[in-house]
Amino acid sequence: MDWLLLAEFSLVGLLSGGVLALIALGFVLVYKGTRVINFAMGEFMMVGAYLFWTTHVFLKLPWWAALALTLVGIAGLGAVVERFVLRPLAGQPVISIVMATIGLGAVLHGAAEAIWGGANLALPEILPRKPLILGEVLLPGQVLWSFALAVALIAGFTAYFHWSKGGVSMRAAASDPVTAYAMGIDVRRTQRLTWIFAGVTGAVAGIIVASMTSLSPTLGTVALGVLAVIILGGLDSIAGAIIAGLIVGWLESITVAFIGGQARDVVPYLVVLVILMVRPYGLFGTRDIERL
Amino acid sequence: MNILEAEGLTLSFGGIHALADVSIAVPKGGITAIIGPNGAGKTSLFNAISGFYRPSRGTIRFDGADITRVPGHARAALGLARTFQNVALFRGMTVLDNIKLGGHHRLRAGALGAMWYLGRAAAEESRLREEIEREVIDFLEIDHIRDLPIDALAYGLQKRVELARALAMRPKVLLLDEPVAGMNREETEDMARFILDIQEERGITVMLVEHDMGLVMDISSHVVVLNFGSVIASGTPAEVRANPAVIAAYLGERAAKQRAA
Repeated sequence: MDWLLLAEFSLVGLLSGGVLALIALGFVLVYKGTRVINFAMGEFMMVGAYLFWTTHVFLKLPWWAALALTLVGIAGLGAVVERFVLRPLAGQPVISIVMATIGLGAVLHGAAEAIWGGANLALPEILPRKPLILGEVLLPGQVLWSFALAVALIAGFTAYFHWSKGGVSMRAAASDPVTAYAMGIDVRRTQRLTWIFAGVTGAVAGIIVASMTSLSPTLGTVALGVLAVIILGGLDSIAGAIIAGLIVGWLESITVAFIGGQARDVVPYLVVLVILMVRPYGLFGTRDIERL
Repeated sequence: MNILEAEGLTLSFGGIHALADVSIAVPKGGITAIIGPNGAGKTSLFNAISGFYRPSRGTIRFDGADITRVPGHARAALGLARTFQNVALFRGMTVLDNIKLGGHHRLRAGALGAMWYLGRAAAEESRLREEIEREVIDFLEIDHIRDLPIDALAYGLQKRVELARALAMRPKVLLLDEPVAGMNREETEDMARFILDIQEERGITVMLVEHDMGLVMDISSHVVVLNFGSVIASGTPAEVRANPAVIAAYLGERAAKQRAA
């Protein structure tokens, strides 16, 4: 066994797990805030990446202006989705709402294809390429930077959820909307904010993923793999999302190194399957089982 | 002076009138009880006052202002706190965290603010915590359970925690929906004492829905009787107890006639 190779692939895997954890965070935020599993998360990523392409590549705005516009745009999309898709379904069974998010994903996918076409577009590499060399291990710059970005965002949201007034409102509104309302919490506002956050995390993750690979309407399928991560981590645990993201990133990387690229997509799911058989509520989640 | 007035409240679900032209006045500083047989509209009246239901007709005035169109969460911030018939606490949180949520609407550090000014948010929170310790936890004698999760508590204590959370909202009017339902005698007596203390020491106006007539007659200064969505009597406990319409509603027409004879 080549220990150096193992170390290198392990590190790269863990680092690339950062973006997966960020996508996972998007799922967890929505689940914590509204008890809905958002199957349109991948499409939020995809639309975010397209908005960035449009403002940065097509309109040739500087990257920071493009990013700001993208985030505003995706926040708007999140708010619209909450108002016109989720709110009319308030009080319906969870399964109907989950179905609606699947439908929403299909609509966004179709719209993206109609607007931007199905061909692969290239986003410029925003993150610096310069690798970090640790002894004999080489870490690609993009992976490092994407990890750092993901960590910063995740830390911000975690702090928000735990300590800020709005974050506490969100947790209360998710746990019991009626009582939260009686406590003076504007439940509609917190739910809108939840979807805006989901859009923002999705857009950032989407831009990172698209800039390291390429941009097409199917970009969102990454998120489906991450949903497996989420279930592994427990749907309502931010810590679980992070750790599960890292685990899957690591597994994928190790699989590529020692078994081969074609097994990459299978092994993580196998592990998830085994873990769910032992701990059906995930590694860190509360013992409420959401049946899908 | 009345702190809360409802006039001509009408609320229907399909063809059923939950409230039909209900008018009540709640004097400031007193304990007003709403009583009536099951399905009389007591909880509907509470829900209309606290903004969970929007009546089709009628107005609600609170502390001198018309709040008919104010959404429920904003009414809570104005000083209308309530408890629920079934204990409605946040499971999986501790007693202290639940109570702190009552003071939540008074925190100022907002959504983004808290991210940039963690220091200020933390200071604000520790102030809130101190205030809650002093004004609520000691007052309701729940110091020993403050760090326990809700699920570990007996029913009577859960009800008391819910009352504590409502108090932490620093309300002007406290709406209690069946505060002693399901309690044993000792728990009921404790609750009665707390309600009286809240009214006397804190000067908070209390409005309660309750089936325990002993409690209602003992502590209320004013009683309103509802039946089939309408007010059939109101007055002091003694007046209401002697009212033939009330006896008829509770015991039937025949009993009322026998009493009169």
